[in-house]
Parts: sequence; C-alpha cells; structure tokens
Amino acid sequence: MTANTETNISSAPSVDASEVIISIDAMHKWFGDFHVLKNINLKVHRGERIVICGPSGSGKSTLIRCINRLEEHQQGTIEVDGTELTHDLKNIEIIRSEVGMVFQHFNLFPHLTALENLTLAPIWVRNTPKAEAEEAAMKYLERVKIPEQAHKYPGQLSGGQQQRVAIARSLCMNPRIMLFDEPTSALDPEMIKEVLDVMIELAESGMTMLVVTHEMGFATAVAHQVMFMDEGEIIEQNIPHEFFNNPQNDRTKLFLSQILQH
Amino acid sequence: MGAPTGTEPSSGNLIARLWGNEETRSVIIQIVTLTVVFAVLALVVRNVAINFATLGKSFSFDFLFVPSAYDITFSPFIDYNSRDTHLRAAVVGILNTLLVAASSIVLATVLGFIMGILRLSSNWLVNRMVYVFIEFTRNVPLLLHIFFVHGIIITTLPPPKQAMNIADTFFLTNRGFYVPAPVLEAGAGVVVIILGLAILCVIGFWHWAKQVQDETGKIYPVFWVSAGVIVGATGIAYFVMGMPLSWSIPALKGFNFKDGMALKPEFLALWLALSYYHASFIAEIVRGGILAVSHGQTEAAYAVGLRPNRTLQLVIVPQALRVIIPPLASMYLNVTKNSSLAIAIGYMDVVATIGGITLMQTGKEMETMIIVLLTYLFFSLLISASMNWFNRRMKLAER
Amino acid sequence: MSESNTPNPNYEPGAHPDWPPPVKTTGVIGWVRLNLLSSPLNIVMTVVALWFLGTVIPSMIEWLLINAVWDAENRVDCWKQMTFPGDPDYLSKELPRGWVQPGGCWAFIENRMSLFVYGFYPEPERWRVKLSFLMLVVAVLSVLWDKMPERKFFLWYAVAFPFLAGWLLIGGFGLSPVETDLFGGILLTLILGVTGITFSLPLGIMLALGRRSKMPVVRILCVLFIEFIRGVPLIALLFVASTMLNYFMPPGTVFDLLVRVLIMVTLFSAAYIAEVVRGGLQGIPNGQHEAADSLGLNYWKANRLIILPQALKISIPGIVNTFIGLYKDTTLVLIIGMLDPLGIGRSSLADAEWAGLAREVYLFIAIFFFISCFSMSRYSIYLEKKLHTGH
Repeated sequence: MTANTETNISSAPSVDASEVIISIDAMHKWFGDFHVLKNINLKVHRGERIVICGPSGSGKSTLIRCINRLEEHQQGTIEVDGTELTHDLKNIEIIRSEVGMVFQHFNLFPHLTALENLTLAPIWVRNTPKAEAEEAAMKYLERVKIPEQAHKYPGQLSGGQQQRVAIARSLCMNPRIMLFDEPTSALDPEMIKEVLDVMIELAESGMTMLVVTHEMGFATAVAHQVMFMDEGEIIEQNIPHEFFNNPQNDRTKLFLSQILQH
Repeated sequence: MGAPTGTEPSSGNLIARLWGNEETRSVIIQIVTLTVVFAVLALVVRNVAINFATLGKSFSFDFLFVPSAYDITFSPFIDYNSRDTHLRAAVVGILNTLLVAASSIVLATVLGFIMGILRLSSNWLVNRMVYVFIEFTRNVPLLLHIFFVHGIIITTLPPPKQAMNIADTFFLTNRGFYVPAPVLEAGAGVVVIILGLAILCVIGFWHWAKQVQDETGKIYPVFWVSAGVIVGATGIAYFVMGMPLSWSIPALKGFNFKDGMALKPEFLALWLALSYYHASFIAEIVRGGILAVSHGQTEAAYAVGLRPNRTLQLVIVPQALRVIIPPLASMYLNVTKNSSLAIAIGYMDVVATIGGITLMQTGKEMETMIIVLLTYLFFSLLISASMNWFNRRMKLAER
Repeated sequence: MSESNTPNPNYEPGAHPDWPPPVKTTGVIGWVRLNLLSSPLNIVMTVVALWFLGTVIPSMIEWLLINAVWDAENRVDCWKQMTFPGDPDYLSKELPRGWVQPGGCWAFIENRMSLFVYGFYPEPERWRVKLSFLMLVVAVLSVLWDKMPERKFFLWYAVAFPFLAGWLLIGGFGLSPVETDLFGGILLTLILGVTGITFSLPLGIMLALGRRSKMPVVRILCVLFIEFIRGVPLIALLFVASTMLNYFMPPGTVFDLLVRVLIMVTLFSAAYIAEVVRGGLQGIPNGQHEAADSLGLNYWKANRLIILPQALKISIPGIVNTFIGLYKDTTLVLIIGMLDPLGIGRSSLADAEWAGLAREVYLFIAIFFFISCFSMSRYSIYLEKKLHTGH
C-alpha cells in the first residue's frame, strides 16, 4: 500500500467542487477567557480530504470537535450538509448522524464485544433489527480486516485492532463525513501502518475526511489539501506538493523544519 | 537455592545453614510462630480456667434455655414475653438487628444515589448545598447523629395528646410515629394473586419486547408499559373485589394510641440516623463511580448518535455500576455493624438483648459475647462472599 | 457576524489578536447562566434552593449567634436573658406560656468547659495536661511540616512523645499518680485517637506484609485476625475489653480499663489499616520487586526502601480515612462507661440546673469533631496533591 505515494489519489477527480458539505464562517471559540479558535473560515467539498497539522495547543482537535458539537462555538456559524449547528438539539442529532468520529484513544465501550460496539448505535438509534445490524457490522469488520475478532472484548485486542474496530463502528452509521482526531498518536509504531491502510482504503472509496495527524506520508498519499494551524488560526492551506515543498508562511516553514527532521 | 552441601558436624553451623537456606528458614519461622501462638492460647485458656474456678463460674450455654425474665417491647416479628428463654430473646434481638439494618440499607441507598447524582449536577447551588450536608454529616460521629435525632424526637415532638396530626391518619409524637396499619380482608388474596400474575406478565413482556427489537428493530417503551400493566391490573382487581384493603387508623385512647402501627422513637432514630449518615458516604461512592467512566465514553456515544438518556442507560451506567458495587457492599456491611450502636438509645438489637440485659442478668460474659461476635461474623462472611461472587462475574475480560 | 468586537476582522494569518469572549458567555453573567439557569430544570432547582436557604439560614444565624447568651448562672437565667434582652430586671420576670427557646445558651458550655476538656483530671495537676497538649502540637508539627528546622531531632521527639506524654499524664517516677478513670473529655479523645493512630499504623503495615507472605502459617494467621476484626462491630470488641479481657490474664493482675480499651482500639484500627496498605501494595507493579531483588536488597530492605514508600503514598487517602473513622469511633467508649466529650455532655444534661440544653451540647461536640475531622481530610487532599508525582 505504501508504494501508492506515486499514484497520488488526491489528483483523482473525486471532489465535487460545487458541493460544499461543511461551511465554517468567522467562527470563534473561547475556553473561558482563552481565545482558542480565531476567525476560522473553511469550506469542505464532498469527497474532499483535508489533513490538519500544527503544534500542540493550536486548536486543531478543538476545531474538528466543534463540527460534531462535542465542543460549542461562541461566535460565527458552522453548517454541515445544509444544517446549521446551533443549540437546537434536533439539528445536533441530524448532524451527528451524518458525521463519524475516530478518537485518539479509541473510546471503545469496554463492556461490549467488538460486534456489539458496532451494532449498538444502529439498533438503538436507527431501530435496525439485530440480525440486519450484525450482518452489516460483520461486513465492516471484514473491511477493516478483523472479522475474526468480532466476539472479543476491547481489553483483549491490540491498539491497532481497537482503532480499526473504532473506525468500523463509526462507519456502521453510514456517515457522509469522517473526522479523525490524531488516530495513530496513541499506537505503537508497528500498528500505525495497519490503521493508515484502512484510512487510505476509506479515502479511495470517496469518503469526505478531515484528519488531524502528524503522519505526513498519509497526507502526501491521500490528501487534497493540507492545512496548518497555529495558536487558533489557520495559517496556511495548500495542496500537499506545494505545502511541503513551497511553504509560504514563516511559521509553516518553522513547523515543517521541526517535524520533517527525523 | 539447593540443599546445603557442607559436611561440618557441629550443630551451630547446622542452624546457621538452615537459616541461610530460604526454604528451611521459612519452615523454621513458621514452626516458631505456631509454637508461640499455641503457647499464648494455652496460657490464655489456663488463665480463664483458673479465673473461672476462683469466681465459681462455669462455661456453658445452658442459660440460653432458661426463662429470661425480661420483656422486650419491640418485637414486631415473633411473639415474646418474659417467660420465654434467653435464646428466644437472642432471636428477637437478631431479628431487630436485621430489621433496622435492612431498612437503613434501603433508605441509605435511595438517599445516597439521589445525593450522589445531585453532587454531579451542573447547578452550582444544589451541588454545593449537598456538598455541605455531606461534609457535615461525615465529619461528625454516628453516635452523635443518633443521639441528636433521638433527642429531637423525644424532646421537641409533642406528647400523644397533642400529637402532630397529618390528615388525621398519621400522628407524630414523642412516643413514636403512628401510621395506619394495613388490614387485609377477605378477597385481598385475589388481589395479591392478580399482582403476582401482572408481574409475571410484565417479565414475559420484557422478553417478547427484546425479541421484537432483535427481529424488527422496533423499540417498545418497556418501562411505561410495565408500570401501567402492574398498576392497572392491580387497581382493577382491587376495585372489582370491593376494595379489600382497609387501614387500621391509629386513634388516641386515653394516654396513648391504639390500633395502627407504631414506629417507636428508638427504631425511628436509629433508622433515620443510620440512613442519612451512610447515605453521605454512598453519595461519594456513586459520584466516584460515575466520574470513573472516562468522558471519552460519553463523547464516543454522542458521536455515534446516541442520545443522552440512551448513553446513560447503555454505556455509562453499566460501567459505573461495576465500580460502585464493591464499595457499596462494604458500606452495607458497615450499616449492619453500626446498627450495634442501638444499645446507646435502648433499641433492642442483638447486642442490647443478649450482649446487654442477658449478660447483666446471667453474668455469662464469655458465652454471650461469643454469640454476638459469631452473629456479626456470619453476616460479614455472607456479604463478603456475595461480593466476591459478584466481582468474579462482572470482571471485564482482559488479555 | 460579531456584535461587540472591532469592525475589521481581517488580519494577516498568524496576526489575529486575542479577543475577549462575548459578554454573555463569561464573567459573572456567563457563570450565572451556565451554572444556575442553563435549562428549565436548572432554573427550578435554583429557585427551590434559594427559597430553602432563605428560610433556613436567617433562623439558624438567629439561634446560633444573635439571640444566644454567652454568660449566665443557670439555664433559667440564660433563658430569661434571651427573652428580655437589655432589660436589667429580667430575672424577676416570668417566661410567657408556650415559650420557645429563641437562641443558644452557650453559657452552659462555658460553664462546663473544663469538664469537657479535662474530664475529672484533678485541678492542681491540670498543668500536666496542658503541657501534653502543647507537646502534641509540636509532635504533630514535626511529622507534618516538611521545612521544620532541626526536623531530625523533632522526629525522634515525636517517636518518644507517646511515652513522654503517658508518663506526664499517668504519673509515677516523680509525678503524683492520677487514676485513669478520672480521664475524660477532649483529653480522653486525644489519648485514644493519638495512641490508636500511632501504634496501629506500624502494626497495620506488618499485618499487610504478613498477609502477602509466602509462608502459609503467617499468611493464614494474619488473614484470620484481619477478617475477624473487620467482621465485628467495635462496640462488641469494647465489651470484650471491658468484660472478658480480665479473664485472659493471670489471676490477680489489675488491668486498667483505659489500657484495655487502648489495646482494643489499636488492634481494631490496625486491621483496617492493613487492608488499606494491602491495596496499596497490590498497586505496586511486579517490576519494582524484581528491581529491588536484582539490586541485592533483602526482604526487609526492599520493603523499607522501595516497596513501602510507594505503597504508602498510594494509600494515603485510605489511611487518613481510617484515622478519621478511628477518631470518630472514640465516642463509643461512653457506652462502656468512659467519659469522652459526648459522655460528659450526656451526663451534664442530667444536671437539674442545666437540663434541656441538648441542642447546645450536641452542637458544641459536633463542631469540635467537625473541625478536627474536616481538617484531617483537607490535609489528606493537600498531601495527595503534593505527592502526586505521576503514579
């Protein structure tokens, strides 16, 4: 799979340039007195894949967590697939069923098996019959390449396996957008590849993805845009080739020099 | 370490070698320990025998079968009077202990869960008020709480002639809280049978609803239907049978109340004090259990589309309960043991009967204390064993 | 778009200044909205809570402070003072019918204060009690205060303190002896609590280590002892101390009740400490034992230098909780006839001149215990934070 850096999927015509699926306008967020997100303006098109990078504390995780209302923004607007994100609980529910999220620490439900983790939401939110839900779940477990772990509990799985189950869990609700919050940062090195492979396969199938990560190889292989954030602002955004070889802003240059050293 | 290989014959070196070898050293230590323990026990038994002989005492449990010659006014379960044996008095005491312990456990759990959940409330006022109550309760000795509640009941409540009257059916006095006692008349049996059938139907309904959910995905409002069926069926049966439940209302006759049911001040004080005191500890256990479930679980559940009440039901509560139940079981054991403070206000529990009056009357300190200790040990072992069984079943599978 | 900030929101990337948050979301208004009024349920709760506080707090303050009397000869004097405040002729007046006590008669507590503090300790010898209290403060300070000058000397002093204080209080060897039945009040509480805490901690640690021993005899003996003690209420053990323990001794030995009770209380607390420390020991990863072994440390050195310090650090909240429990449990001795503050309070209520002042007595004792126990638990939280070096 790694040889695919040459095929560079990002040039494939899978982005519907006219359909904006996420629209963030003049968004500001504060944690108490701390101005954590400043004047965020972002438009994501259907099928687009954006990698967000930046130093810790820059607000990248907070940004994507605002999109599915795990964090609340105080100013500006966020619109997801035509629905505006406000205090209205109905809107929040609609948006959450369109948006899937994968966490740094997996957050699998430890008291349920892998299969049960996947079928929980379809059964209790979409009223899917159990057999149907399990059938669909097994298909997703096959897609992430661990169908044999279906009846194991998260405590019995490795980190890489857990994260793949977590990805399958989000996919079971058939989201149109997938958010990834540093999905490989908590994994041992030998398990990062198996998770990235799954994410690349997901990208190839045309999913809209926002990925916060430090894995620049992944960005180069799959991303349409790479976005650099620092101190709550979007500093620079460009196609991968230009971003890595021709950074415009000084801070971007500094950041790239720090992470590309090793 | 292997066996010593030297060939020196002198015993001094033999001991040194045995001591140096890990295995033999541990054997030596154990033998010495056992010897010391047995020696001390033998000494104690000898002393007891000598002291008993000097004082003309004997060690026997015969006194249990001799009439006790004292009354126990609070004996709600079995009949007892002063002609009954000490053994029967002990049984009354044990039943009284169980009564106050069980009712305190129930009330303490209810109060504790409510306070624990309020302590998690985002409303600062409510949160802080419960905190102040919990801290003040926990940092004051239980005995003081018991005296305080007992004191309030005895001194500030009015005497029966001027009882605090609630709707002419509940009477709060300094001699007790008089409440209506249920009197079952003919036909009540049918209502009880209908109630039992309703409960069975509801259980059946739960199974059927789960099956339906598995097959078609449709979710029925199980809670409301169950409640409706039980209440409705029992209510209808009750009216059809001509309302076969009457209440014996307490009524003032002379200086005191007759009829109805009397909750004596000693029982009330002990029950209430034990309940709210342990509830403040249970509140912290509940709060800790819920906080122990990492916030990421809630976030993952929300991210996948679960609403807050489903998240609580399916994700948070199952995990929180695993953390809450072991310390909760310990707390229940504490309630049972602390009920022994009954003797301070005259509630006739097992310590007050057999360890109190029987002990004073017969002078059989050793025998009565042995009975008391064994009773509590039995309760403790019961609760510990249940908890261990529960823990084994609930353990989350790990690699 | 933004309502309250500067009109031009377009800055160079990286140059956006920090703006203050919108007024409605922070500061006092924001706090109130978030914490008190965020939902209909919240609003209802806030209203109910405020109503409750509004009715309870003013009457509490009235009873405790405003109408209270601090100086009187007896209860009638007290009551008349608070009913006819400022009236120089109050003693001759009659209390109205259906009169309800409007305030606390703290004069009673003042009147009995020396009883509450010393029990029946003979007056001329009370300087010894005061000296012991002072020495206690120094000992406690030396244990708790890290930066105490000459701390090493004071720590040895703290170890010797129980024995020094014991000699001071009981007498003999130059001081006139005082019967232990005369001990009472706060003196008694502190004797029971401090002795219990001091001796149950090392004993508890030994029991915890013994329970984890590989030697079956030692392990079983420790388990039996711990489970027996933890399975029975303290009051039963106190009864055993007061009635049975004498039979275990050779005939003719006179065994002070106080000493018997101290032994029982220490054994009782030690069993609970043992369980807390055992939990702490279980939290030590196996690697620590292996590292100690590979350094050539024997069992005792390994425990003293590596295992126990870590285990004790983890166990601090549990240990302090056990101490607080022990301290509160000292009130149980009134049931076997010893005069702790609660016992003195109860017998004072029998005095005809002061009868009927149960509220004042109980409140006073409650406040005493609350201050001591709350301080201990606060200290434990402070200690935990200080030692939180990333376990």
